[in-house]
Amino acid sequence: MRFMMIVKATSDSEAGAMPSQELIDAMQKYNEELVKAGVLLAADGLQPSSNGIRISYPEPGGKPKVIDGPFTEAKELIAGYTLIEVKSREEAVEWALRMPDPHGFGQGEIELRQVFDVEDLMEDPDTLAKEAALRKQVEQQRKA
Amino acid sequence: MSRASAHRTADAIWRMESPKLIASLTRMVRDVGLAEDLAQDALVIALERWPVTGIPDNPGAWLMTTAKRRAIDLLRRNKVGERKHEELARHAALYTEADIDGAIDGEVGDDLLRLIFLTCHPALSAEARVALTLRLLCGLTTDEIARSYLVAEPTIAQRIVRAKRTLNAKGVPFEVPEGKELKERLAAVLEVIYLMFNEGYSATSGENWTRPLLCQEALRLGRVLAEIAQDEPEVHGLVALMEIQASRLKTRIGAGGAPILLKDQNRALWDRLLIRRGFAALERSRRLGRALGPYSLQAAIAACHAEATSVEDTNWVRIAALYEALSTLSYSPIVELNRAVAVSMAFGPAFGLQIVDALHGEPSLLSYHLLPSVRGDLLMKLGRYGEAAGELERAADMTRNERERELLLGRAAECKEKLKPSTE
Repeated sequence: MRFMMIVKATSDSEAGAMPSQELIDAMQKYNEELVKAGVLLAADGLQPSSNGIRISYPEPGGKPKVIDGPFTEAKELIAGYTLIEVKSREEAVEWALRMPDPHGFGQGEIELRQVFDVEDLMEDPDTLAKEAALRKQVEQQRKA
Repeated sequence: MSRASAHRTADAIWRMESPKLIASLTRMVRDVGLAEDLAQDALVIALERWPVTGIPDNPGAWLMTTAKRRAIDLLRRNKVGERKHEELARHAALYTEADIDGAIDGEVGDDLLRLIFLTCHPALSAEARVALTLRLLCGLTTDEIARSYLVAEPTIAQRIVRAKRTLNAKGVPFEVPEGKELKERLAAVLEVIYLMFNEGYSATSGENWTRPLLCQEALRLGRVLAEIAQDEPEVHGLVALMEIQASRLKTRIGAGGAPILLKDQNRALWDRLLIRRGFAALERSRRLGRALGPYSLQAAIAACHAEATSVEDTNWVRIAALYEALSTLSYSPIVELNRAVAVSMAFGPAFGLQIVDALHGEPSLLSYHLLPSVRGDLLMKLGRYGEAAGELERAADMTRNERERELLLGRAAECKEKLKPSTE
């Protein structure tokens, strides 16, 4: 199963402050560990939201609204992510616990989210029923 | 922390740490079975302590220290004559406390590599190699292995016990082979990983078309190997092949569990991330600057399919050339049959048919339904409908897949339809 380890933004990351060399080294070491364990799929750091764009749909069925950053609520923003493939939820938590405190001054927060699998969607009885109905329809059309 | 959740956490940690633990311990005590016992003893102690003390900051080091202490205990006990296990007594003389101290730090990558070469040793049968590798390098339980292979748990347990005994009896050294031997032994390691992957990918038995656990374990082990054997192009080739094949894992089965062939798969659902990783691995293989081996060639073929938006858009000329290189390197009738398909797509059905006809009477393809199926397809494209219908019906008789049978019979009927004189 795949998990995304989401590193939340902080006032520093939003200000575009670069992390200390010490933290960069620790992160690099951690990423190497993930690679050596064969669990790392992808990892990226994001630029501050001042360089971001937000698209929202305030009216149902209405036109989208495009707003340029920065956005204010730092805790709800993300500063980076690491995608891992693991065998269990506990393993994902263990890896997340081994990540260095991502900012190092008291605002660090990592959120773990499981990625949907196509199988998760496929095993859903509704989707399966819809698929089956569609198949039947196609069969009938073919016979007709 | 509750006992149950501590248990699950310890399981996860075991999976993350046990291969390294067992690898280092094997170097110390020179007996993989004993090493596994020591590592497991450490886990048992952890399961008792951790619910009370909490999980230590560095659980891997904690387990290592605990296992090491067990090893020293046993060593001392053996020295004073309390020879509890005969096996231990035999090995007691082989290692000293200094060995154990020295083994705790240092690069574990080399030990892991030695362990892979040990569990994939040619002294073991293919089945035993796979089971032992899943157990010691992937940290799977015998129950998980048994379920993945749809066999009874005691069978797997026995297989593993016997494998460990064989390694001991034959005195297989814990080392990375060198020189000429390295090439052969590495091929054996890659074969084990690819067998594992394929068992998961195309499930030779049972109702499930794919068993993802085995694919994931093989992929993970391949990625680990790519880091500890970075200079081996075929390691990257195998990883590339598995990444790209795994990218299609989710599009290979329809809702009813029926297989979907490559040409009919919904390419929009292919996992772009895995494809990208596959291309990167293939690039790593190429960058080492040696001639592409069989895995790298197969990965290159898989890459051609992965970057094509449709069957028509596929670079068949390149695929045909890659199959030719593969056939030269490691000839097999199945590779030839694949080459025939690629050649027909690249240069026309008549050229493909020549290759297929050369395979006529090939003993290993006698009951292989894809031979008449491909031949029928090519004949149909050439307008030789009578012969085509015969081949397609023959293929329908041979396949064990119900849906495929229907498909083949449908196309045979289409051919016969074309043979009827026009009524206009």
